[in-house]
Formats: sequence, structure tokens, C-alpha cells
Amino acid sequence: MDETQHDPGARLEAAVQDPELCAGLLRRLETALDDASLRFMEVCGTHTVSIFQSGLRSLLPGSVTHLSGPGCPVCVTHDAEVAAMLDLAGRDGVIFATFGDLLRVPGPGGRSLKHAQAAGARVEIVYSPLDAVRLAAKNPGATVVFAGVGFETTAPTVAASVLAARAQGLKNFSVLSMHKLVPPALRALAADPECRVEAFLLPGHVATVLGLAPFRFLASEHKVPAAVGGFAPADILLALCEMAEMRRDGAPAVVNAYPRAVAAGGNARARALMDEVFAPGDALWRGLGRIPESGLGLRPEFADFDATARFGIALAETPPLPGCRCGAVLRGRITPRECPLFGKACTPASPVGPCMVSTEGSCAAYFKYAAH
Amino acid sequence: MDDCLLLDAGSGGRASQRLVSQCFLRHFANPLLERLDDAAELAPERGPLAMSTDSYTVTPLFFPGGSIGTLAVHGTVNDVAMLGARPRWLTCAFILEEGLPLETLERVAKDMGDAAKSAGVAIVTGDTKVVPRGACDKIFINTSGVGEIYAHPVPSGHAARPGDAVLVSGSLGDHGLTIMASREDLSFLTDVRSDSAPLADMVHAIITACGEVHTLRDPTRGGLATTLNEIAEQSGVGIQVDEAKLPVHEAVRDGCSFLGLDPLYLANEGKLICILPEDKADAALDAMRASPYGREAARIGTVTEGPAGQVSLRTRIGGSRLLSMLEGAQLPRIC
Ligand code: SF4
Repeated sequence: MDETQHDPGARLEAAVQDPELCAGLLRRLETALDDASLRFMEVCGTHTVSIFQSGLRSLLPGSVTHLSGPGCPVCVTHDAEVAAMLDLAGRDGVIFATFGDLLRVPGPGGRSLKHAQAAGARVEIVYSPLDAVRLAAKNPGATVVFAGVGFETTAPTVAASVLAARAQGLKNFSVLSMHKLVPPALRALAADPECRVEAFLLPGHVATVLGLAPFRFLASEHKVPAAVGGFAPADILLALCEMAEMRRDGAPAVVNAYPRAVAAGGNARARALMDEVFAPGDALWRGLGRIPESGLGLRPEFADFDATARFGIALAETPPLPGCRCGAVLRGRITPRECPLFGKACTPASPVGPCMVSTEGSCAAYFKYAAH
Repeated sequence: MDDCLLLDAGSGGRASQRLVSQCFLRHFANPLLERLDDAAELAPERGPLAMSTDSYTVTPLFFPGGSIGTLAVHGTVNDVAMLGARPRWLTCAFILEEGLPLETLERVAKDMGDAAKSAGVAIVTGDTKVVPRGACDKIFINTSGVGEIYAHPVPSGHAARPGDAVLVSGSLGDHGLTIMASREDLSFLTDVRSDSAPLADMVHAIITACGEVHTLRDPTRGGLATTLNEIAEQSGVGIQVDEAKLPVHEAVRDGCSFLGLDPLYLANEGKLICILPEDKADAALDAMRASPYGREAARIGTVTEGPAGQVSLRTRIGGSRLLSMLEGAQLPRIC
């Protein structure tokens, strides 16, 4: 007997992959579009990968244009931030703990943490911020610096790790906080006069923490419909249908098309954790530049755990890499293929911009999944 | 005997002899090796010969389903077998780190001896070097294998033809995920096990049943996706794969989706890809499924005229996309 019949969660996961369900939703999307076009942008790397990996992109009607925004934390990690990581990783007595996908992000001069590692820096891949705390406990003679990269989804767990380090009385653990906040970036995109996005597919994971409220301005101020979407093909299609129907009806709103995971009010506990340790501040985004109140720094009470304060790190804005159009890609002005470097000077083997580095970056997804 | 390896054991003197006789000869026992001449005299019963070599380094040395010792045997005998050959002789060279517990070395040697026996090959000559602590990571093993070719024509990566069926002998990604799980101590991944296994008997059964086999490959590093891309490039053909037909164990699928990995790029150590004329596909599948290592064999796709060098995947929901070659190592993701 099919095991999924007993497990409602597994049954649901199987259902959202179901070809017939998807075909039905595709018909609904075509009806809703009715000759109109839809230029939508997703702002989550997991969506980007799912749209390509599931083959959904090849099934979307020709009138739908798919753009990938700044949804991958690796892609938006600024040159200056990579420079700070390289600086810290190279210091005596420092163990630099990071999630694996940051290793290949090129900084100024094309150097990455992989190069630093090869040159002898102690760079350790961890799978959770708490692993980094454990690393600090195990290595009392060294200072562990954890690279805090990610959005509202990751920040609460990093906050929890700082609290855990404090509870354990660890003096050799700190966080280089490069966290970024999604709503301020969306605000900057929507306000860009050249932004041609007609609908936003909102990140399901971030919305589980934030809920819907921080996204409402998209509809109320910019008249752009938006839908929180899950990550299976049918989830994404459902969100697209909702957005197309809102556009057809001239009734833009921000809706939840992923209610099985996202509560309208989000996750108050995770937010409280994040707020206890972090406070918003300006942040540098690769391709988008400085966006006010779009990053998270450690609150002064946690200065002991703040690598920026402990090691005197200052981020210096660096000029954009010559020829790289990452900014235009992240803003949805061009698709990766329109970048003159795409697939030539810039490939996953030698990425020029970070959009080509991370597996969740839009250029990497085009390169990997779409026929050249 | 000491309980850990000293540099002396690589000196070529008595200490070396003791290591060879007490550890290796005991586990690899066979008349050719026991002569301890400078080289082994081989007497092929048929020719031509197939030869292959590979070096093995893996952390941890022991993992669910195998060890560096089983890998060092299976990896090389499988490479030899993919040419339609019966693997018969192996060489084996160790680079060992000073301080290695002898018990560890003994376990590895026993695994190699057992694996060689069950693969039907004799380890006929070898070498041992001991390097100072830190100069290598515990144990590095190189094995070379020689086998007698019985297939005519010899299966090759250059021989896939449009219209051929593409088969795989079983589930994908088990070895790669097991290594990652044991290396990184991912305790939630308890249900994964390496598929490390010798495939020569299965190859023999396929070739006997089908006669004409165009391509055989074991999709080790880089996994199925990379191997299919290599074949498509070498043969100047396209390959279309059907996602719904790809065998992947539930535990591997779950572990991969948690870590952001793709099982199609993870290494396998006991699987083969077989490409052959469409009308032989069923016979080949029957031969695979009759082997203990091929019960989950499946037909996964078709060779197409082109575009040359391109592997495309027909997805579960009926879309299509490239299945491209991996760049560098797969790294677990952030969010
Ligand atoms: S192709 Fe490379 S340089 Fe061009 S936008 Fe993408 S990442 Fe930047």
C-alpha cells in the first residue's frame, strides 16, 4: 500500500508535485491572463531554483516573464562584506565559521574564502549557527567568528546562538552580522522608476517569520499585487494565478497562497528573538547599494559578540566590478542572458558576479538549467 | 608489535617485512602475492586486457556500507569491468601516516581482502610508504586493476547512438550522501548507506544476455548527471532523461532536500549506467535485476540525435530543463 496514504503531510507534498494539478493551475493561469502579460519577480533563491529545477519555467505561457530578484543571501553579499570576511579569516587565532555556499563568493580581486582557506586560514563549514557555538566551546584557544549571512529566516537562529554563547559564558564567539531584511529591499525595488515588475512572488520562508503585514505596502502604495508562495510547482502556480487574477480585476492586494506553512501574523517568537539581539541599520547590497534600515547589527548589549566591534571592522563601499550587470539583474531590468559577460567571462567556474556563484543565484540558474 | 604505525614500517627493513606479512599477506592471501618477487607474473587466459587505476582518500575511513578498503577494491574493479572485462588482478599501494593505529590499518586490509575475494580478483603486488605525521591524512590507497576483455565490441563512452535506451542499475546518491552524513556528523541521516559493491558479475550477465552493449559507465564522482554529460559529449549525441523514472531512495531524497543537494550529482560506488539498443533494454534490465546489486534497476531515458552534448530532463510535472555538468563540489546551502 502506498505509504503516503497514511501521512497527510507526505500526501500534500506529493499532491503539489502532481502533473494534473499543475496542468489545471496552468489552465487557470491562462484564463486569468487572457492575453495580458505578467512580469513577475520572485525574491527568494529557493523559488528561483524550484522554478527552473521543476521545469515549470518551460511550461509557463509565453506572456509570463519571470525575473529573479535579490532573493539569495549569497548573491546580495556585498564586495565590502566579502573583504571583511577575508580580513577576519586571515587573522591569527581566528576560526572563521560559515555556511558552505559563502566559500566561493568572489570579493575584491576575485579572492574568495576558498582562496583564504588554501592560503592557510582556518575556515570551517557549519550547518547551523549553534555548530559555530560548539566550535567555540571546543576551541578555547581560538576565537570563532561566525559569518551571519541570511534573511529574516536565518537571523532568529543566529540570535539564538548568540544567546546560547552568552548563557555558556563563552568569550571566544562572535558574529559578523551581514543579515539583510527583505521588505526594505522590496521597497527600494518597487520605488525604482525603472522597475518593470508587475507582481511579486513573496518568499514563503521569510513570510513564516514576518507574516503578511510588512509586505502590504506593495499593494497599498505601489498598486502591485503580491502573493506569498510555497516552493513546489503547484504552490508557485497557485500564487501566479492569484496575482494574475488580482491584476485582471484591478484589485491589487497582498495574499497568502501558502497558508499551510505561513500564518498571516508570522512567527512572533522568532521575531522576538531577532529583536532581542539585533537592531536594524543600513546595509550594503551587492548590485543594489546602500539601502536604509535593511540590515541587522548586534545591539550594544551584545557588543562582546559583535565581530565588527571586537575586530574594528568597517565596511568600505567598493566600486562595482567592471562589466558586471548584477545590479540590473537583481532589479529585474535585464535577464541574465542580456548581461554581456554571461556564459563568456562569467560562468560558474569563474564567476564575475555573485549571481553566478550561489546555486540559488539567478545567473547560475540560467546557466545550469536553461539551454544556452 | 606496536599498536600504532612508526616511520620504521616504511623503511624497507625488517619492520616493513613484519607489516607486510602480519597485515597484508594475511588478508590478501594468494599464491602470486606470496612469492614476494619484485613483480607479479600474470598469465592471461584470454586477451586483450583492460587496465585502470585510481587513488582513494576518504573521510571518515569507515562509514555505513563500506570503508576506504572496500572502495579501493570496488572502485577499480568496477572501472575495469565497464570495458566488458573480467577483473582479475589488482595492485595496491598504501601511503600511510605515521601514528596510524595498526588496528585501523588491519581493518582496512581485511576489508580489502574480503572485497577482493568477493569480486574475484587477486591483489598480486603492492607497496607501502609511511610518511611523517601531517604529510598525509591517515591512509591513501592507490589500486590498479587488470582484467580480460570478453566483450566485442568493447563498450565505450563514444558508442552511444540515437534511439538507444539508457538504463541505471539502481538507486542514486546513496554513497555520496552517506559520506557527507558521516563526515559532518549529520545524525538525522540514519537511514543512508553506501552502495559500494563489485559489479563485474552484473556486467557479465548483461553482456551475455544482450551481446551488443554500447556504453557502460559507473557514475562515481559527479554522479549520474555528470556521467551522462560526459557520454553525451564523447558520443556527440543528446540524452533525454525522465525524472519520474529515476530511482532515488526516500531517505536520500529527504536528506538532499534538507541540505540543498541534488542526488543526481552525488557519487555512487555500486551502480552502473548501461546504454544499448532499444530492443535489448528489457533483457538487460532482467539481467541487472537478477543481480543482488541491481534489484532496483530502471530504464531512465533515451539517447537522441541532439543537441550534441546536451542532457535534458523531462521533469515530473512535464516541463523540461537542462541536466548540466556540475561545477566544482556540491556545497550545502544557506536557507
Ligand atoms: S552574468 Fe555574471 S556578471 Fe553578468 S550579471 Fe550575472 S553574475 Fe553579474
